[in-house]
Amino acid sequence: MSDVVTFDRVSIVFGDRPTDALPLMDAGANRAEVAEATGQILGVHDCSLTVHEGEMVVLMGLSGSGKSTLLRAVNGLAHPVRGEVRVHDGDEAISVTHADARTLRRLRRNRIAMVFQQFGLLPWRSVAENVGLGLEFEGIQWRERDERVRHQLEIVGLADRADARVAELSGGMQQRVGLARAFATEAPILLMDEPFSALDPLIRTRLQDELCVLQRQLRRTVIFVSHDLDEAFKLGDRIAIMDGGRIVQQGTPRDIFTRPASDYVADFVAQMNPLGVLCARDVMTPPDGPADGAVPPDLPLAEVMNRLRGRPLAVAEDGRVLGHVTERAVLARLAAPRG
Amino acid sequence: MQAERATARATPQLVTTVDWLTGTKIPVGATASRIFDWLQVNGAWVFDAISDAMDALIGWLLWAFQTPHPLIVVVVFAALTWLLQRRLSTCILVAAAFLFVLNQGYWEETTESLTLVLASCLVCMAVGVPIGIAAAHRPTLYAWMRPVLDLMQTLPTFVYLIPAIVFFGIGMVPGLLATVIFVLPAPIRLTHLGISSTPAALMEAAEAFGATDRQRLWKVELPYAFPQIMAGLNQTIMLSLSMVVIAALVGADGLGVPVVRALNQVNTALGFEAGLVIVVVAVALDRMLRVEQR
Ligand SMILES: Nc1ncnc2c1ncn2[C@@H]1O[C@H](COP(=O)(O)OP(=O)(O)OP(=O)(O)O)[C@@H](O)[C@H]1O
Ligand SMILES: [Mg+2]
Repeated sequence: MSDVVTFDRVSIVFGDRPTDALPLMDAGANRAEVAEATGQILGVHDCSLTVHEGEMVVLMGLSGSGKSTLLRAVNGLAHPVRGEVRVHDGDEAISVTHADARTLRRLRRNRIAMVFQQFGLLPWRSVAENVGLGLEFEGIQWRERDERVRHQLEIVGLADRADARVAELSGGMQQRVGLARAFATEAPILLMDEPFSALDPLIRTRLQDELCVLQRQLRRTVIFVSHDLDEAFKLGDRIAIMDGGRIVQQGTPRDIFTRPASDYVADFVAQMNPLGVLCARDVMTPPDGPADGAVPPDLPLAEVMNRLRGRPLAVAEDGRVLGHVTERAVLARLAAPRG
Repeated sequence: MQAERATARATPQLVTTVDWLTGTKIPVGATASRIFDWLQVNGAWVFDAISDAMDALIGWLLWAFQTPHPLIVVVVFAALTWLLQRRLSTCILVAAAFLFVLNQGYWEETTESLTLVLASCLVCMAVGVPIGIAAAHRPTLYAWMRPVLDLMQTLPTFVYLIPAIVFFGIGMVPGLLATVIFVLPAPIRLTHLGISSTPAALMEAAEAFGATDRQRLWKVELPYAFPQIMAGLNQTIMLSLSMVVIAALVGADGLGVPVVRALNQVNTALGFEAGLVIVVVAVALDRMLRVEQR
């Protein structure tokens, strides 16, 4: 799996003398201390993260933890004072941070698309005209643009609203327009800054499911910002947890759930529904006596519980039995989810 | 008198200060006059060029208003109203207003005033919108411009007439120039307001999809500011119309001429007639060009 986006020790500071704040930040000072001493605002500090092709990585943390700032460094909307973000284009690694205006524009038109929390749609334009925005900037002719726009609108299920004003649409539909606009440029990298948090819960769940389905077909590389843990665990192949501008832990949802690196992360995952994270491997005990048919070790716990019929269930991989699952073990694990 | 002398004796120092203050008058007027003289000598070719261009514009507009039969012009105005407003009642109102002008026998003066208004609109929008955009993109430029704009609008309009006459003589051109100086701040201010209030989120979305600065201006800022710019156009027209009487003082033709004549002759009937015609034209133009705010 090739790397697509690399964050290389990225530090971002807001203020007129950003470099002044670096020594303090290196010494581990938090945002309040940095502001007190230098008048600069710590955005993010020393963040390193690699995103692989076709993967969905979720940046997750409380409000003000620097998720948006880090995300915006990928398409050059935020400017690191130290470190850089590289985007890989074929065999070539292009530094977004040090790119000239022309290169940056090319990356934004062809390689990186973005979806915004507040949609960022132009209210005086129709749905189709909004979806075609990126193509218009690129200078693609009307005929081809129209074709690609119709295709995207079909994918997000808005083909019949192409000529409506965006203001006439509900929030959920507006964000579908935002998604279609991002997909339309066929950029392999998608940045999503809390795209669903302005929507009500039912619509949010539906769009999350649709995004999962789309992602399975399109296999874009997605960096997704969220402050909602359930969303992060549902969508993320990997999760990076941020606190006060620093990445405090990164790993698969299961890693983070079962081995939180700090109290901050532990507090976070304590509110999680364990059924969404744990799988057969997490509840199995050493094999002991007869058991029912085998299940794979990464079968979600909810599904394992469905198949339990009073007798132990064998967990097997490549024909080798790894362990058994019993109702008692499941119950014990649910009572103390992190062992 | 006695009290005065008493205070003077009590504070001789104050008297010397006042004497010194009045004795060394800052030469505001003399300086302005010297600047004008210098400009008149050295900038003659610039003013001639401006004068010729404005003359041509005015001549062309006058021809457009006065060549066709008045009724045809009225129909054109009504049709334009329909295009802009899509309301029959507004069309009827505009047509009725111009028919009233015809009825009162002020058609020629009205076309002259409309020429002045339209010319001032063209000049003010062509100059004001780009300046407003530049000011919105450069906050320091706007900080420098603001006192100038305030001055242009608060200086009594009669004061503009003096340089207008000095540089351009008597006639439509100095009238147009005085009008433009007075009106120009309105489109600049409103364009500045519209462009600079474009939501950062929209600018950012455009940037994220790779817009150039020019694309951002044409596809985001200008469409967003459009209602504001149209409001600027509306104000430009109304303020220009309000200048017709003053323009008449420097020899511009139009509805201001009968008003000035009525003032000189203390002719109530004439003054009232001409005044009412100005109001009716103003109302018609306002209804014609009104923009609904988003
Ligand atoms: N343009 C800016 N100027 C000054 N400070 C900023 C700017 N943008 C962000 N910040 C500060 O940087 C810090 C990180 O902000 P950021 O928006 O990245 O947080 P976030 O994790 O996305 O939070 P939220 O969930 O509220 O969106 C905050 O303290 C914020 O106040
Ligand atoms: Mg944010």
